[in-house]
Amino acid sequence: MITQYLLSRFEKTGIAFIVIIAAMAIFVPLSNLLLPTSSPLHVPTHIMSLMGKYLCYAILAISLDLVWGYCGILSLGHGAFFALGGYAMGMYLMRQIGTRGVYGNPILPDFMVFLNWKELPWFWYGFDMFPFAIAMALFAPGLVAFLFGWLTFRSRVTGVYLSIITQALTYALMLAFFRNDMGFGGNNGLTDFKDILGYSVQAQGTRATLFFLTALTLLLTYLICRWMTITSFGKVLVAVRDAESRTRFLGFRVEHYKLVAFTVSAALAGLAGALYVPQVGIINPGEFAPANSIEAVVWVAVGGRGTLVGAAVGAVLVNFAKSWFTTGALAPYWLFVLGSIFIFVTLALPKGIVGTLKEWSTRKRAAPELPKAPVAQPAE
Amino acid sequence: MSEQRTSAVLYLDGVSVSFDGYRAIRNLSLVIEPGEMRAIIGPNGAGKTTMMDIVTGKTRPDEGDVLFDGGKHDLTKLDETAIAELGIGRKFQKPTVFESHTVADNILLALKGPRGPFASLFGWRNKVHNEKIDEVLKITGLLDHRNRLAGEISHGQKQWLEIGMLLAQDPAILLVDEPVAGMTDAETEQTAALLRDINKSHTVIVVEHDMSFVRALDCKVTCLHEGSVLSEGTLDKVASDDRVIEVYLGR
Repeated sequence: MITQYLLSRFEKTGIAFIVIIAAMAIFVPLSNLLLPTSSPLHVPTHIMSLMGKYLCYAILAISLDLVWGYCGILSLGHGAFFALGGYAMGMYLMRQIGTRGVYGNPILPDFMVFLNWKELPWFWYGFDMFPFAIAMALFAPGLVAFLFGWLTFRSRVTGVYLSIITQALTYALMLAFFRNDMGFGGNNGLTDFKDILGYSVQAQGTRATLFFLTALTLLLTYLICRWMTITSFGKVLVAVRDAESRTRFLGFRVEHYKLVAFTVSAALAGLAGALYVPQVGIINPGEFAPANSIEAVVWVAVGGRGTLVGAAVGAVLVNFAKSWFTTGALAPYWLFVLGSIFIFVTLALPKGIVGTLKEWSTRKRAAPELPKAPVAQPAE
Repeated sequence: MSEQRTSAVLYLDGVSVSFDGYRAIRNLSLVIEPGEMRAIIGPNGAGKTTMMDIVTGKTRPDEGDVLFDGGKHDLTKLDETAIAELGIGRKFQKPTVFESHTVADNILLALKGPRGPFASLFGWRNKVHNEKIDEVLKITGLLDHRNRLAGEISHGQKQWLEIGMLLAQDPAILLVDEPVAGMTDAETEQTAALLRDINKSHTVIVVEHDMSFVRALDCKVTCLHEGSVLSEGTLDKVASDDRVIEVYLGR
């Protein structure tokens, strides 16, 4: 009964997505840890970490799709929320280094000793505790999104103007985090991490666990966003996307809906960043670069906005292509390729990969029911 | 301010509004009593739609009073959402339904009830309301189209869907802007009957060009011209008013 209810609430692509990600969550870490390196099914650690990175991007893409695909808020600054979450995790990892740093200071991270700081700044308090860091990875981006959304949505800033402001937001944060006296490590960012919850971040077991948790979070993110979009809440979001003023005349406080969606989306993006940092081993202000946020929009467009699954598929595919391109002789041309992909998708597949596939399958299913279309008779 | 100045459900007095120096509404006064049906006619540019914009909070008047429910609420100080919440529903000239939602979902979104984000996520609006939805769809003749996308139904059906959304909203006043534009004669007749029926329990204000439709509504008529009231009364009286004939036919 319950499974039937759940099944009825998920389209085929959603079920396929859940099954694939769940299978990956279980089999990739197991194969990495248990199978001998000679086995053809063995997943090497560096490949697993790379896949983990892609899955973090997939979480970011789904969170972006929630606001862009469903509510029509084209955020060109979602990378900022991702980076803020990443910094929260980075701060925890920095505090775990302890006396193993170059300067051996038990409390202050190396860069603070180098800057001649005597005390830990107040905003670093609590980051020695893992649960606090995770809470901040959700809360800090959520708070920034809430304040930003409260100001802009209330003033009814929409469309391209809003997009430009989100772009300015991430750019401003990038400039701020580049400054040494901000207390986040300046342009070097945070790195040289040693361990997480007492386990070495380099260890194979830790990497496998991180991969498992990332896949699990991706599933959770999908379920949260899917749930939000199938409730009446999601229907109102789509109504706002398609006819914002009509929704107001029905008596909905459009700005409240946007605010809830935007804040939840930012918190999820922050969580993605928090999972990303221990797997890549560094977070620096470059993560706030406007181009990163725009790239995230391209992933969603490629996969198909307003489908959630498509956003994740787009993130993985585009990043796979990026890894492939940027390791070879074609590396300098990657941005041209990315731009071409975006133009191609916009012109040829406006619904993205998953959106187009869905359309085909519904058309195929609907076709037998339709009476044969009469051949158009030219009027004579 | 809070004194009971009027028994009218909608009371406009001395309302003026200009856009870039063009005075769209000039010293307009209009009183709608509870339970009334009123037809607003007038040539293009007479200010009919602007008047609706003022009442629903889309446009703020430069001067004048706009009071709702016996003078209890000053509508000039409220925004669209607050005014809709008070119980003023509007149907637009160009039918605006949510095209990527099904017909039933359009009604669901309009249903009277809590409209906050949390009511939509966990609460009232997230529950199943099929009976109420079907009731509205039955009245508007859209029951067979329940699960179709609102973008796929015909123009006339969209007009009815929007009237259905108004019904679901169950407002104190329905502002209906050109409900029969683009409808066939039969559809026009049905729409008039539908509105008369709705009028049994709601105040209705209809803006319309179609004179046979206005005649079918059988109600008091107000003719606007250049942003103020030119003539008011029964259709026959208004239609025989020399000034009305002049603005409609030109000199």
